[in-house]
Amino acid sequence: MTQSLKTTVLAQAQMLDFYRQMTLIRHFEERVVELFGKGLISGSTHPCIAQEAIAVGAIAAVSREDQVLATYRGHGQMLAKGGDPKKIMAEILCRGTGYCKGKGGSMHLCDPEIGFLGTNAIVAAHIPIAAGVALANKIRGNGLVTLCFFGDGASNEGVFYETANMAALWRVPLVMICENNGFAISVPVEKAVSVKDIAVRAQAFGFPGEAVDGNDVLQVYEITRKAVERARRGDGPTLIECKTVRWERHSAISAGKYASREEMKRWQKTDPIPRFRAHLADTVRVSGAQLESIEREAREVGDQAVEFALQSPPAAESELAEDIFA
Amino acid sequence: MRQITYSQAINEAIREEMRRDPNIVLLGQDIGSYGGTFGVYRDLFEEFGEERVRDGPLSEAATAGFGIGLAIAGMRAIVEIEFMDFSTLVLDAIVNQAAKMRYFYGGKLKVPVVIRTPAATKLGLGAQHSQSLEAWFMHSPGLRIAMPSTPRDAKGLLKTAIRQDDPVVFIEHVRLYASKGEVPEDEYLEPFGKARIVREGSDVTVVAVAMMVQEAMQAAEELQKEGISAELIDPRTLAPLDRETIVRSVEKTGRLIVTHEAYQTAGIGAEIGQIAQEGAFDYLVAPVKRVAGKDQPIPCGTLQEKVFPNRDRIIEAVRDLMAS
Ligand SMILES: Cc1ncc(C[n+]2csc(CCOP(=O)(O)OP(=O)(O)O)c2C)c(N)n1
Repeated sequence: MTQSLKTTVLAQAQMLDFYRQMTLIRHFEERVVELFGKGLISGSTHPCIAQEAIAVGAIAAVSREDQVLATYRGHGQMLAKGGDPKKIMAEILCRGTGYCKGKGGSMHLCDPEIGFLGTNAIVAAHIPIAAGVALANKIRGNGLVTLCFFGDGASNEGVFYETANMAALWRVPLVMICENNGFAISVPVEKAVSVKDIAVRAQAFGFPGEAVDGNDVLQVYEITRKAVERARRGDGPTLIECKTVRWERHSAISAGKYASREEMKRWQKTDPIPRFRAHLADTVRVSGAQLESIEREAREVGDQAVEFALQSPPAAESELAEDIFA
Repeated sequence: MRQITYSQAINEAIREEMRRDPNIVLLGQDIGSYGGTFGVYRDLFEEFGEERVRDGPLSEAATAGFGIGLAIAGMRAIVEIEFMDFSTLVLDAIVNQAAKMRYFYGGKLKVPVVIRTPAATKLGLGAQHSQSLEAWFMHSPGLRIAMPSTPRDAKGLLKTAIRQDDPVVFIEHVRLYASKGEVPEDEYLEPFGKARIVREGSDVTVVAVAMMVQEAMQAAEELQKEGISAELIDPRTLAPLDRETIVRSVEKTGRLIVTHEAYQTAGIGAEIGQIAQEGAFDYLVAPVKRVAGKDQPIPCGTLQEKVFPNRDRIIEAVRDLMAS
């Protein structure tokens, strides 16, 4: 598996930026889990730990103006799209300084200024919405592309199929990115998906579907870049299945057991971050000092976000009944 | 003034708005040159073309999602659901997405989507093509809901619906499509949240929606012959609902009947009755009455008449109320 990392040639600066983003997302999410443990987050949070390579690799393939829609497990995507860590953390803690004034919380993040058109807490519901955004791009001829992230579980929902059909019929500039992390809460993908690769489901609708190692940031980047080009050319949607594995609980409040300790340990060996780090150190020959400085910086940014959020006031009571209507 | 049908009025509203604003896109099924299930979209495909009049597959849930996507991307979408009964398939898009998005994103997105759908009562098509489900949507904060009963209101309210930045459920009525009424030739808009007093009266207030406005009007004329003066109010929009006009009328008459074709239990009549209790309790001289659809699946053919309210049931209810 590690071999594929070596095949992609990218500017060193860009690869270091991938590494910076991945370490930031990891640290950010670890701090979120820690804050939850301390009782500082009401509600819950769905960490994207172990899935950083997908958010970073895929979003690197689009511009700031292109749109991204994601799920409740979407902190990483928003960070990768250029979201301000402070305002994301503040939103997760339901603070007034958060992106959505503290009324959305961990599962409802949005900033149209950076083309981030929201995370959604109803499984798969955002897939047709993302396709509608892509349709708007097509009608306006603005050349923009929409990325839609969702899980393996979401690929079993009816709207996934309806959208795939309509997106293909209307050739909308949409890239559907399925993060197959092996589970929908506790249900293993083998028990829920009738085929080995979710990617093949695209065939039924006449557009390309490709499965890729989701723990390989460079492969995710490369395959998304091709899908984005195809969409921009006007050739329609692509389905990309990024295979990874979730070794964190589904959400911070999920108590049930879904795998053995041994399995978890085994899965952790697929961690995309040390793997990419090894690639950078061994193949690209980035010095240990440089990597450490990136890691330190990522930690600082994450910690500052936590500081900012903790010092921010909660969502203002006067705001609670605002923003219902225009 | 010229007279046109309810269906033509809706068609005109959409045509005029689409000419004015190139951002408006229509989504639905059978909306191409076929002109929509009930012909409401006649000639729109010819005028605006397939890019803006998107005749799509039978995928109601995704179609509504596409509409929301267009809306949050800065366009305006009108989604047609062929019968209101099928809105069951788009409830998530309407109730969990369109209605709440602006709120949970802290005002960062607006969702100007109109879901047009006919409450299909009285075609005789039975239990799955005859329902009026407006109460479900009224139970969902974040939506605007219109339910016009005349061509004039249909056109003016629809234009307002299309221009506003909030999601709107626009409920039409199959049996009203062919009904004619006066509609100004010049541009006009009708406001949401403003009830229409269809007929003034002093003994009893009748609040009616959609098709029941006509039935209630006939009932009122009949009752007048017996010396009973009924005031008839058409709320026109259910969200926002013009509580004030209803309460003021009940203060005057002391009696209230609410009539709708939808099932009685937890229907809008329950809500409107409660509004009267809260706002005009001291003025009520009799209990609030509902003349509504029976709480049972709707049978097919002419048997349906047994479960729907009508002019005679309203008259009976008013007489009861006056006697109590
Ligand atoms: C329509 C719907 N059904 C069920 C849920 C509850 N739920 C939340 S996340 C989840 C699992 C989804 O799994 P998957 O799509 O694989 O994404 P993952 O959580 O693994 O990222 C479920 C069942 C929901 N939010 N929405």
